[in-house]
Amino acid sequence: MQYPPSINIVRVPCTGKVDVLHILRAFEKGADGVCVIGCLEGECHFNKGNIMARRRVVQAQSVLDTVGIGGQRAQMFNLSSSEAPQFVKYAQEITAKIKEMGPNPIKLAKSRAA
Amino acid sequence: MSPKTPSKLEKILSEGHLAVTSECGPPRGSDPQHIIDKGNLIKDYVDAINITDNQTSMTRMCSLAACIRLKLQGLEPVLQMVTRDRNRIAMQSDILGAASFDIHNILCLSGDHQSFGDCAQGQNVHDLDSMQLAQMARRMRDEGKFIGGDDIQRPPQMFIGAAANPFADPFEIRVARLAKKVAAGVEFVQTQCIYNLDKFEQWMTGVVERGLHEKVYILAGLTPFKSAGMARYMKNRVPGMDVPDAVVKRMADTPKDKQAQEGIQICIESIQRLKEVKGVAGFHIMAIEWEEKVPEIVESAGLYPRPAAA
Amino acid sequence: MIVAEKKPIEEIIECLKDRKSVLVLGCNECVTVCEAGGKKEVGVLASALRMHSLNQGQEVRIDEVTLERQCDHEYLEEIRDVIDQYDAVVSLACGVGVQFMAETYGQTEILPGVNTCFMGATEKRGLWTERCQGCGQCVLAVTGGICPVARCAKRLFNGPCGGSTSGKCEISKEVDCAWQLIVDRLKALGRLDEFENLFPIKDWSTDRAGGPRKVVREDVQQ
Repeated sequence: MQYPPSINIVRVPCTGKVDVLHILRAFEKGADGVCVIGCLEGECHFNKGNIMARRRVVQAQSVLDTVGIGGQRAQMFNLSSSEAPQFVKYAQEITAKIKEMGPNPIKLAKSRAA
Repeated sequence: MSPKTPSKLEKILSEGHLAVTSECGPPRGSDPQHIIDKGNLIKDYVDAINITDNQTSMTRMCSLAACIRLKLQGLEPVLQMVTRDRNRIAMQSDILGAASFDIHNILCLSGDHQSFGDCAQGQNVHDLDSMQLAQMARRMRDEGKFIGGDDIQRPPQMFIGAAANPFADPFEIRVARLAKKVAAGVEFVQTQCIYNLDKFEQWMTGVVERGLHEKVYILAGLTPFKSAGMARYMKNRVPGMDVPDAVVKRMADTPKDKQAQEGIQICIESIQRLKEVKGVAGFHIMAIEWEEKVPEIVESAGLYPRPAAA
Repeated sequence: MIVAEKKPIEEIIECLKDRKSVLVLGCNECVTVCEAGGKKEVGVLASALRMHSLNQGQEVRIDEVTLERQCDHEYLEEIRDVIDQYDAVVSLACGVGVQFMAETYGQTEILPGVNTCFMGATEKRGLWTERCQGCGQCVLAVTGGICPVARCAKRLFNGPCGGSTSGKCEISKEVDCAWQLIVDRLKALGRLDEFENLFPIKDWSTDRAGGPRKVVREDVQQ
């Protein structure tokens, strides 16, 4: 199995560790999309980390929509660690979605200004 | 209790008659004829007419102006005054204005919250609450002084009333609340409209136990249902209202074209029952926008003709 | 504490039009507790402002500082050396902090980043409710610790009104009737007989009505 090479993996002990700022800063720095992949709801090893993560993703989506980046570029998926094929599926899904949305508009704006 | 003011309402009550009052809402405009017509509809069937004060926080012609209109027609108005819209300066001022036209009855209320009406974004005042307003009006009359201590030139002679709601929560303090109003100087109360006669009688028992019925005249409030829809609305959507299921059912079981008459009938039956309740000094019939039914209710309940007040 | 709410980002973006250098200034006290203007919120707002400006193809400098609080001169001094670098400061402090900043740094545009709401407490995380209106003459001893000014929609002193239903205020099922609470509390304290005492007419001169207020303690002044 292979997932698209355009995906950069950042490992965290629990998606509960992901802060809204981590997501936003990624886009500031030019990321085209951010995907948070956590355990199935109800199965979080740390109780509710994945639930909090989802809320933060929603908050980030709202900010991204407001500033014209596009909230759909940030997504969260849930799966269990044994579901490798599911991971590949999500990875392909988000890659396709981001490709469709195009590059982070910040990059385009930069080159337009240059 | 012998009367302390020139109020016709007070005189009738002090003579031991069952008093009858009703109420009118002023127009949402400046047409004086509206109020005069309503007054004329019911004037021979009631002893005094309440004029509501921006009821449910919908802006209307002010109660004071409408009361003056009625007074000039020779009728006996009751000035309803809410504390929602005026500070203590304005309230004293309006009381003097009313007194200058020899209006002798005031009903002291807090008023519905402004969010119910057409100015939900407005401020509310509540410089005083309804009990403090009663206290203030009483002091203006009995001591002839403004709240600030200065003497009033030609003090107002107000017969002081308040509303009472035996059906609002918490029930356990509703008798104590009446006692409080009496202590504040209230001389008559008009209750929220009664559909749950058992609960009302329960409240009256508590009132009589404390001897409050001898210190304040209690007028039982009644509003006839126009339809089953109105009964349901009042049951579910009006705060502080107690409409038993049996009453709603009675309305609902009546064919639509007969519901209005059934509502009137329920009202008349209630009056008949309440006449027998110790401590009830009269009736306050609220038939807002249905004032033309007041004569029928008063007559059928055996309360016509009204006693002549000298 | 003073409870505030974040202003919509769109509103702040609109205020900052044409600014090239902005400081987002947080406060470590009340607004941190109610999660409206602390270091975290500063970070999110600054990031959003940066992305917005980058998206317009502009290079706006957005810096982030969080002071201990903005209602004491000592803490405001911490940015004296850098304030002139900015066209505008978005202060996420409550209205007090924004004004104190504006008084201290009169040459710099100080803009509010939150809407200041009320004096209240954290009922649970994510829920802050009003408790005090600063009337200046506290009556909580008489009402069993429940304030009729802040918690009764009509600030009645001899409540409840006729609209109290099942312990809720007539304005909303989500608002407790303050007088129901007071009655319950007096009952629990064995003081329900006090309910019949008439509350005297309130002196509102120490409230907002009397004009902007101050407290002076000459014994501690230097």
